Amino acid sequence: MNKSIEPLASASSRLDPSDLGPVVEMALVEATRRGASGAEAVAALSQGLSVNVRMGELETVEHTRDRGLIITVYLEQRTGTASTSDYSPTSIKDTVQAACRIAEYTETDSCNGLADSDRLAMDFPNLDLFHPWNPSVDDACDMALECEQTAIDHDRRIENSEGASVSSHEGHEVFATTSGFWGESRKTQHGLSCSVIGRDDSGMQRDYWFSSSRQAAQLDKPDIVGLEAARRTVRRLDARKIGTCQVPVLFEAPVASSLISHFVGAISGGTLYRKASFLLDQVGQQIFPDFVQIYEQPLLKCAQGSAAYDSEGVTTSSDNVITNGVLQRYLLGSYSARRLGLETTGNAGGIHNLTAASGDQDLTDLIGGLENGLLVTELIGFGVNMVTGDYSRGAAGFWIENGQIQYPVEEVTVAGNLKEIFSGLCAIGKDVDTRRNIRCGSILIDGLTVAGD
Amino acid sequence: MTDPLKTAVETLLEPSGLERTDIDGLLARMMSHQLDYADLYFQYSRHEAWSLEDGAVKSGSRSTDQGVGVRAISGEKTGFAYSDEFQLPVLTQAANAARAIAQVGDDATQAIDRQSNAGTALYTSADPLASLEEKSKIKLLEKVEAEARQQDPRVSQVMASLAGSHEVMLVARHDGSLVADVRPLVRLNVTVIVESEGRREQGSAGGGGRFGYNWFMEAERAEEFARDAVRQALISLEATDSPAGTMTVVLGPGWPGILLHEAIGHGLEGDFNRKRTSAFSGRVGERVASTQCTVVDDGTLPDRRGSLSVDDEGTPTASTVLIENGILKGYMQDTLNARLMGVNTTGNGRRESYAHLPMPRMTNTYMLAGEHDPGEVIESVSNGLYAANFGGGQVDITSGKFVFSASEAYLIENGKITIPVKGATLIGNGPDVLTRVSMVGNDLGLDTGVGTCGKEGQNVPVGVGQPTLKIDSLTVGGVEV
Repeated sequence: MNKSIEPLASASSRLDPSDLGPVVEMALVEATRRGASGAEAVAALSQGLSVNVRMGELETVEHTRDRGLIITVYLEQRTGTASTSDYSPTSIKDTVQAACRIAEYTETDSCNGLADSDRLAMDFPNLDLFHPWNPSVDDACDMALECEQTAIDHDRRIENSEGASVSSHEGHEVFATTSGFWGESRKTQHGLSCSVIGRDDSGMQRDYWFSSSRQAAQLDKPDIVGLEAARRTVRRLDARKIGTCQVPVLFEAPVASSLISHFVGAISGGTLYRKASFLLDQVGQQIFPDFVQIYEQPLLKCAQGSAAYDSEGVTTSSDNVITNGVLQRYLLGSYSARRLGLETTGNAGGIHNLTAASGDQDLTDLIGGLENGLLVTELIGFGVNMVTGDYSRGAAGFWIENGQIQYPVEEVTVAGNLKEIFSGLCAIGKDVDTRRNIRCGSILIDGLTVAGD
Repeated sequence: MTDPLKTAVETLLEPSGLERTDIDGLLARMMSHQLDYADLYFQYSRHEAWSLEDGAVKSGSRSTDQGVGVRAISGEKTGFAYSDEFQLPVLTQAANAARAIAQVGDDATQAIDRQSNAGTALYTSADPLASLEEKSKIKLLEKVEAEARQQDPRVSQVMASLAGSHEVMLVARHDGSLVADVRPLVRLNVTVIVESEGRREQGSAGGGGRFGYNWFMEAERAEEFARDAVRQALISLEATDSPAGTMTVVLGPGWPGILLHEAIGHGLEGDFNRKRTSAFSGRVGERVASTQCTVVDDGTLPDRRGSLSVDDEGTPTASTVLIENGILKGYMQDTLNARLMGVNTTGNGRRESYAHLPMPRMTNTYMLAGEHDPGEVIESVSNGLYAANFGGGQVDITSGKFVFSASEAYLIENGKITIPVKGATLIGNGPDVLTRVSMVGNDLGLDTGVGTCGKEGQNVPVGVGQPTLKIDSLTVGGVEV
């Protein structure tokens, strides 16, 4: 491995967060000057480092450095949006002009407009999201090498690798509106990941593991990540196809969150007002069994989806989404709320640490409770129909018999309808995956069609 | 046609006062380290989108992005930095950061031999964003909406969008070559929701390529997309649950060629094979498909979404035979992986933007036409599935398992297409699925220009195609056991 003999791109080429405020200010002033009745602008920058190693050698060093400005203008109730990566005054003015020009052509929509002022956030608690790390290329490389080596050493069937990587990024953002909102936020994101290949007489399999946190000290240690990547890889070897059947399906935590994310899609404002959801008009209805509770935690410190305000400046909400299995509210921004005759829920731009409350069983307990079934550890493909709830995706995992894992399974699909999947949810494990914006444990569904031979 | 190099120099270099000597200097600075390759990739791009729903165009957006990616390669190692500013001091720092991947080498004073290997121009350099007036873009979407609603009273929602982009790129390599390309790209999409007796379904259609928006106004193309989206949605309204299990599957021509993209395409990208992580590694010369299958990746088709005159490393694109009469012939390469595998680049080095690293990517991947009449193919199936259209797909190139999701499918019963069934995901194993292609139709079709391929977080536009073909066994992920 070659040691780098020069410093990284030195400080003067680093992007300066103090540029963001003036850029937003200039954009809003220009919009008003051009006759916009309202405007909102966001300027953001992100920079950092990604180091990949492979088979014991440095492979890639990538210095990232991105910035952008997005402006949305309203000419009464017509709107246009434009963006640029160039922060020069000429470019800012041209970008505002482009947005205004679009607004001159688009049709009036009475639901267009900035968020109502009385919903804008006024408290900005410290969410503890900013922990700069700035590892040197050498230190990042050493961590990644240790991680990969641990994985390769773990089992003699691991003789190849996609590699390991360490990344560290920081982002700054200023969002402001002509209605007086001004919000500044900064976050860091650090990661360590590893993917290795196992091989035996049956062929090759690959798997991976990663740790991700806003604070480098909270990352799992390199040997832990490497070990988990190796363990997950070798357990897939000698996988077989099974016969078509209808059985309980247990989704392991890292893939179980995808089921919750389909639920999020179905109750999101855009899908609802377009009547493109299989959960239309379901507030007050039993969607899940009565032990299920789902809620947001927007102010959770140092977490993935934490925010005091949404992408329109509206205060985020901790109100329950599901109480005792019953749908309490949708996930709305101002536009979709107005379309539905409702109020924004502070979800413009998405969810904030959406959490599904856990039962008291871990994955082993859940497996132990099954006479037979499929444990799904990987899902591929996009076969989810939001309009109907029809669900059909490729899967890999393990066959369970008499409460024990029997052998790895591949080249099968799991299919059903999300309405039945949600109402047939039997348990949520306490093995919560905290690395994502959706926090949930493994999820057991009472019956799905598994298609195989 | 305007010379792309002239356009690129005017758009990318002159505004910041960058001279060719500055570029030579930056490359020389990098090559003073022990590098095998270095390049500077300049890019300026503009993009717009207009969307219609509830009968009116109510939103539109425009974006502009520009920057330069600086890449230094030594052996298998790559150093990469990029900047959205073209000023020399910032570029110099990016070059320093990138070249640090290798140690200082001997003082290499090479005479820069400047060649510009322009590929054949495969598309216009005209700006599609200016190809129609804004009012006309809006009228086009309104026409699509009206056509869709006219088809059937059960149409309850129509969403249509028009998108266009114009990119200028310039790549300067350590070997002195300076290559540019000007790339248009447009796309029209229609999605409709139909409703009947409490049941709702959706259908989508669309297309585009590397030309101006006028293309949609010719030959009723826009109207045809509207009609096709409604047709798909109405068929879905009648569809019953799909069968589950392994059975004979006949795939229709055109976009169902996503089969090839997922089953073998990614598995034949040079990076995976150089690293030997692909299920196809080390298998050149072996049988991976039936003798009726010849599959190519061809970046040279004029005007197509997946085509490029030159790839993002400045190499002219090519038509690369991947599988010939069932035998694996070779992989798709960029310069790094080609060098490490001791072969030539095939012009498949692509990147999403200046801020992303190039890697081997597909262009237009399709199977050549066979001998059979498509009707004959259907008649040969006693019981199975006919899948006429698909959504997306995905693959694990190491295990070889791939999926693609049908959006329009029918049962075949005693050699006849009978009832529509709901879209199900089909799953198979790339290295052997094509060995079970027992009939290939004579009706080769390419997709209408809607494909986007994602790999390692980078999206690039691609094309797919195939004739009608019969796969003797493939697993269908339905619910009916």
